This record gives sequence, C-alpha cells and structure tokens, in this order.
Amino acid sequence: MREQDVPQEGNATLAGHRKAIYAVGDDGKLRLVPSRGWEVEEIVTRQAVEDLERRAREARERVRAGATSPLEYHMYRARMDLALLSQTTGLWRWRVRRHFKPRVFARLPLSLLQRYAEALGISVETLGQVE
Amino acid sequence: MSEPMAFGLSSALAFAYLPCIRINGMPLVAFRMPPRAIVKGLQRGLGFGMRFETFRSPASGTARLDALLDAGKLVGLQAGIYWLPYFPPDLRFHFNAHNLLVYGRDGDDYLVSDPVAEASTRCARKDMEKARFAKGVLAPRGLLYYVTTPPSEPDWAVLGRRALARTTDIMLRTPLPFVGVRGIEMLARRVERLPLDGGGERARLYIGHLVRMQEEIGTGGAGFRFMYASFLQELAGKTGHAALDGLAIRLVEIGDRWQEFAVAAARMIRRRDALAPPALAERLRALAGDERLFFQELRRVQRAWAC
Repeated sequence: MREQDVPQEGNATLAGHRKAIYAVGDDGKLRLVPSRGWEVEEIVTRQAVEDLERRAREARERVRAGATSPLEYHMYRARMDLALLSQTTGLWRWRVRRHFKPRVFARLPLSLLQRYAEALGISVETLGQVE
Repeated sequence: MSEPMAFGLSSALAFAYLPCIRINGMPLVAFRMPPRAIVKGLQRGLGFGMRFETFRSPASGTARLDALLDAGKLVGLQAGIYWLPYFPPDLRFHFNAHNLLVYGRDGDDYLVSDPVAEASTRCARKDMEKARFAKGVLAPRGLLYYVTTPPSEPDWAVLGRRALARTTDIMLRTPLPFVGVRGIEMLARRVERLPLDGGGERARLYIGHLVRMQEEIGTGGAGFRFMYASFLQELAGKTGHAALDGLAIRLVEIGDRWQEFAVAAARMIRRRDALAPPALAERLRALAGDERLFFQELRRVQRAWAC
C-alpha cells in the first residue's frame, strides 16, 4: 500500500482513535502512517457487534415471555457465550444452562448470583432484571 | 529497536488456522506467533534476560506488579481487551492475547503505553486486575514480563539470517497441515465449503470473522505482512544485504492482495456483491501460492547470504 492510499474514511467503531498502518512512502521505504479508519474494518466490526446485540435482544424477548432467565440476556450483553461464561465463573456448562431456566434462577443463592455478577462485571441487582 | 525489527527478529510472522480453538464459536486464525513466543524469540536472538511470571490469584498478581513498578521496572502485561476501559466500546470483544506496557503508577492508576492508543493512557488498578485475569481462550493468567539483564549490541547479520530461516521454516516446512502456507490452503478449502443455508447469515459471520482476525488484531494491517516487509527493508539497510529490499516490495504486494481479500469479503457481508465463498476461497488459494513462492525466494536469498 502506498502512503497516499492509506484509508482515512473515519471508522466510527474506533471512536476517534487512530490506527497505524505500514505504507510505502515516495522514497520506497515503509513507514507508519496514521489512519482514521477503513470502511472494511468498520463493516466487519459492526457486523460482529450487531450479531451480539441481536442475540441479547432475542434473549430479552424470551425473558419477557418467561422462556429464559435474565442471566442469558446479561451473558450476551457482556459479549459472552455459554463456553466463556462457564469458564469465567468456573461452573459446569450444564449448570449455567440450567440457570437459564427462570424457575431455577429465581431460587439461586446469593453466593452464586455474586459469582455471575462478578464474571459479567455488573451488580447483583442488575443481574436480576432486564431493562 | 523498532517494532518491525522486533517482529522480524523474533520470527513472529506466521499463519495458523486452528479450528479447535474457538473464539465466540469461530475458529482462531492467527497471522503471527502468540505474544509470549514473540518475546521469547527476541530474547533468544538478542541475548538479554527476560523473566515471565504468571499467578494463581489476582491479588498476588497485582501485588507483584506494584512491587516491580515501585522498583522502577518497565513491565509488559498480557490482558483481555474486553475489560480495558480505555478501548473504544465497539472493539471490546473477549480477546485475551493483547499485550501492553506499564511504565509507572500514580496512586491507584497505572500509566499504560498501549499500541491501540496513540498517546499513553491510564488504567485503574481494579480494571487492570480484571483484564489480567480474564478467563477463556488464551487466558493470560496474570502474565507479566520484564527485562533482567539488558541486551548487548547485536550482530544484525547473524540474527537476521537466523530469524529468516526460522520464519521460512514455519511457513513452508511445519509438518502440520494447518500451519503456514498449507494452513492458508486448508482455510481455503474450509471457506469453499461454507454452508449457505438460512440466507447465508452464518457464512457471512464466518468471513467477517476472518477479516477481523486479519485486520483488527494488532497494528499495521494485512495480517502483519506489511510489518514484516518493513523489517526486511530495515534489515537490508542495517546489513547492506540489498536483495532483501526487492523481497520487501514483493511482500507489500502480497499484503495488498490480503487487503483486496478483505474488501471482497466486506462487500459480500454488506450484500453489495452476491455471497460467493468459492470466489473467496480462490483468492485464498492464490495468496497461498504467492506466499509459497515468496518464502521459497526468501529462503534462497537467506542461503546465499554469506557472513
């Protein structure tokens, strides 16, 4: 890539940060050139973020319909999946999946709720509800 | 020492397609060695002492970091991106193989130099602890590292020759079908066979993930190919071995092809072009072919380099 071809398209997902790209200058030498963003990166980042947001949204609908517990919603909101939440809390996957049942979740002891809240980086009160 | 020089001398350039390691349900595609291997590679080459430490408990990890900083050390850390508050929100995914440098402490804030942020930045102690002890794939387990004995003045020619041989070996001669040039071909086969059921949403996410692994992880773009090209130029300048200059330009062209792959993939994700995994697979195969020829040539140049 030549220095003048370094994309400056203003990638919104960088939130004003700039990225450095190696590009060939007029003297034929590679150097670091700041880039304000590339549309391609914005597309793939938005795609991944939107996929996670969609999963959270669908989980929220299911919480409202009484089909799952708020835990599943908060898991997707923290951009996690079952495998990661299980590793982060140190609980078996089947246990986490069981806690997705609203009736089981409603009876969880405080110690387990705290473990989930800690893993998800939210408070216990937040964990119990969907906004 | 510059970033490309460190990258090249530690033989960090690679390719690996690891379907058994899952990141959010997607395979890991690496364009470089894992961070710890990079630092170790550099240490081996430059003959300086480096100490790595991991910790069982977050509290002892934080206490050790504070003690090292109070002793005036510069400390490298591995951390999970998701928990670092200074990252742009849209980029905060659960990705653990991120490295940063802490150069001091101001009360409960660490002073951080991170390649992501242009200027140096700050990070609260409890946030850093969470990031350093993030769980999941490639969990850092609080990994920190620091220099114990400073490097001596290196012999660039000897180090360079050795590093080039290692990189060409990784790319051409690793006896595993998912590493190096053969790994790119394996990925091409996998992309070719992506199922298009359900409107192709899953296939779109898969190729989007590939592009993110290539462009978003780390600096420089094009899966670190530009950075390695920069290393070849710098090495040519330091040792006077001019044949490397021509190779650098060829590698820049290969990097451009990687970026064209990213553009083609992004157009399919945005539905500007019809979703056609075989067309992407064809591009990957062409890239594998280009890289094979490139590294064979690099190997010849390395062998012909008497010193």
